[in-house]
Amino acid sequence: MKAAYPFRRTCKEASALLIAREDRELPLAERVALRLHLAICQACPRFERQLLTMRNAMQQWRHYAADEASGPHEGDAGQG
Amino acid sequence: MSTMPHPTEPDYEQQLVAQRSYLMRFARLQLRNDAWAEDAVSETLLAALSKPQAFEARSQLKTWLVGILKHKIIDFLRSRKREVCLASDSEDDGADPLELMAFRADGHFAEKPAEWGDPEQDLKSRQFFAVLEACTDKLPAVQGRLFLMREWLELSSEEICKELALTPTNLYVQLHRARLRLRECLELNWFAQPRTP
Repeated sequence: MKAAYPFRRTCKEASALLIAREDRELPLAERVALRLHLAICQACPRFERQLLTMRNAMQQWRHYAADEASGPHEGDAGQG
Repeated sequence: MSTMPHPTEPDYEQQLVAQRSYLMRFARLQLRNDAWAEDAVSETLLAALSKPQAFEARSQLKTWLVGILKHKIIDFLRSRKREVCLASDSEDDGADPLELMAFRADGHFAEKPAEWGDPEQDLKSRQFFAVLEACTDKLPAVQGRLFLMREWLELSSEEICKELALTPTNLYVQLHRARLRLRECLELNWFAQPRTP
């Protein structure tokens, strides 16, 4: 059955690919399958946006964490 | 700008010590072990003390120290790789990280994931980052360490496997679990919360 639709993925399978994509490069066939699924699915693009938000959030957190106390709020050094 | 203290002045030491609690925050978050964090931060401060000439401007002191700390922590994680990956009993060891999400038997979402609104706006909020840090802190120790190796130390999955002698499968399962837990925590504690704009 799977052989007849090699690119068909369920939401669960697509979600697994979306999470995996955060930590490794997907093989071409999986990228194609994922893209096809996202084009016809209403739920998975939401999950994708959530993961992208998290990716951006972690990126900003790194900068934010580094800048945080060097800005106008540098007060914690004086408390100790 | 002209009042920038010269590194060899005595208060260079005080300035370093003043950064200790800031460094401890990240060391703890990454290492999940207070004693390890103390060691890593102490080594960082010692290294900084021993080469004041490497420190150029006051405004860059934090960034420079965090850079040293990251190297110390990577060395530390490498030398304790067994303990670093040793999960406590309370950590979920189920086979499939996706069990953290609800799917129907046919592979569809039991419930559509929520729209998280305007992420641009959230990412400008100090409170959001406090929640993000708290959620990261709540991850089980091994997941938290591996997740921050990716997200804070900015190591690739290949590098993490190499440093900790982990198999990719093992690493991915932990990372995926961490990401799904973080997602759940953010949803509960931020995105599903009513907020004033």
